Amino acid sequence: MKLYELTIHEAHGLLKHKEISSQELTRAVLDRIAAVDDKIGAFITVAGESAIKEANLADKAISKGDIQTLTGIPVAVKDLICTKGIRTTCASKILDNFIPPYDATVISRLKKAGAVIVGKLNMDEFAMGSSTENSGIKLTHNPWDLTRIPGGSSGGSAAAVAADMCLGALGSDTGGSIRQPASHCGVVGLKPTYGRVSRFGLVAFASSLDQIGPLAKDVTDCAILAGAVSGYDPSDSTSVPRTVPDYSSFLTEGLEGVKIGIPKEYDSAQGLDPEVSSAVMNARKVMEKLGGECVEVSLPNTVYAVPVYYVIAPSEASSNLARFDGVKYGFRDKERMNLMDMYRSTRSKGFGSEVKRRIIIGTYCLSAGYYDAYYKKASQVRTLIIEDFKKAFEICDVILSPVAPTPAFKIGEKADDPLTMYLSDIFTLSANLAGIPGMSVPCGFSSGGLPIGLQMMGKHFSEEVLFKAAYNFEQATDFHKRKPEI
Amino acid sequence: MKITRDDIIHVANLARLEMDEDSIQKFAVQIDDILRYVETLSNVNTDGVQPTSHAIFLTNAFRNDEEKQDFGRDALLENAPEKENGNFVVPKVVG
Repeated sequence: MKLYELTIHEAHGLLKHKEISSQELTRAVLDRIAAVDDKIGAFITVAGESAIKEANLADKAISKGDIQTLTGIPVAVKDLICTKGIRTTCASKILDNFIPPYDATVISRLKKAGAVIVGKLNMDEFAMGSSTENSGIKLTHNPWDLTRIPGGSSGGSAAAVAADMCLGALGSDTGGSIRQPASHCGVVGLKPTYGRVSRFGLVAFASSLDQIGPLAKDVTDCAILAGAVSGYDPSDSTSVPRTVPDYSSFLTEGLEGVKIGIPKEYDSAQGLDPEVSSAVMNARKVMEKLGGECVEVSLPNTVYAVPVYYVIAPSEASSNLARFDGVKYGFRDKERMNLMDMYRSTRSKGFGSEVKRRIIIGTYCLSAGYYDAYYKKASQVRTLIIEDFKKAFEICDVILSPVAPTPAFKIGEKADDPLTMYLSDIFTLSANLAGIPGMSVPCGFSSGGLPIGLQMMGKHFSEEVLFKAAYNFEQATDFHKRKPEI
Repeated sequence: MKITRDDIIHVANLARLEMDEDSIQKFAVQIDDILRYVETLSNVNTDGVQPTSHAIFLTNAFRNDEEKQDFGRDALLENAPEKENGNFVVPKVVG
């Protein structure tokens, strides 16, 4: 038995019955990282020493009979979530020496649950991108085909889970950044409802869209991680004071009475690959066989999700990223002797191209004379997108769609064409604009052997409905059991 | 052109970024493409539609005005590129 291949729930069973120790499990995972991450490039920082210490603490707790589902489980975290004492770079040169003085709330929660943090994962710089090629630190390769991108921006998280370099991971999703890499790497990913998970300690990209969520080997693990990190946090004023259901208790068989919405606009979406379309069509048949009832829904304004998002997200980013000025933390260009020159030079040398491009778009959209035409207009169309979902959810519980229009593309294929890259987010952006939860579940493979993901979206705070639907789909299929050969 | 070379220079300055001529040229073309695409929003009738800045219904989140959680000055200065006597140090601001 290869310990690093275990799911969280399998490893928990073995830890509980003392058949393995967290120490053994953690070492197996660290050895796996050492063996394959040269090829994949998922980790920015491996926190081996502190992980072994945490594993020892977990083993001590377990020996006293004190075990929770995540006790002693090695997990990894996207490198824009603050970890006390562990470098947190956002994959940016401007933060490459930043060591947070505190833990993000999700990290405190994971630690309290007994999890072992093995390291920090690569991403597009400040989460801006769909391929992890915008990382200022390194490239990440898709474990299923090393010449392809892992997706993004949580590409390191998805690749690490797919390549068994951690048992589960946290990512963040502003426009699809958990779901799209999960889809491209054949793992399960959840973007929770906006406000479900605290953003305290998450380096902000677009504050009205960002949400932290789990990436996991299967739906059961995803539910465990989501349960551990969800819940109200007074330190995040947009966190919603609402009880978190026990997600694991919804992983039961039977979809009778569940209404599955099929958006009529999505089949004709620009650039939808026929293999993706047919995998999603098959998934729909599986759901029907399980007792789900399909109904047609209409989301006419979601076709505008890309232009709305690429006004709102850069606008919020231009404001959020103003804090990186070389004064309080991170890189400073010390050659410049005047304050204004120091700001300009620090930011110009510290940020990569995509980040600068978005700061400029955002600053332009918010600037005098353009605010109404861009930001206000986009915010109004955002309202219409939300209303589309409200109407759709009057007649269905879960909306099915593709996650990404194509399987993972080649590294370099879209690198010089930002607009084409943005269009690959067409199916995922609207969930962020509407604040609803969205999940990616493996639903097939292309003829070239690349994973394809199925997106399930639900009403605000209906994660348990998604988990139930996804669990049933997963039990009826075996896509999640295939592993890449590395 | 939706956005000109001069606009890019002006906006970059507002955002405290400096760019060489090559980047300005490249950005002008790319950002122009993106803004043209964004223009498709003008096809949508938004008369009387309220803008949304926050997708979840929440009104103000109040808390009591009490002192709490303090990381401590030293911890917060730990990452500063330059510091002195418990303060951040910046280059000369005036003349």
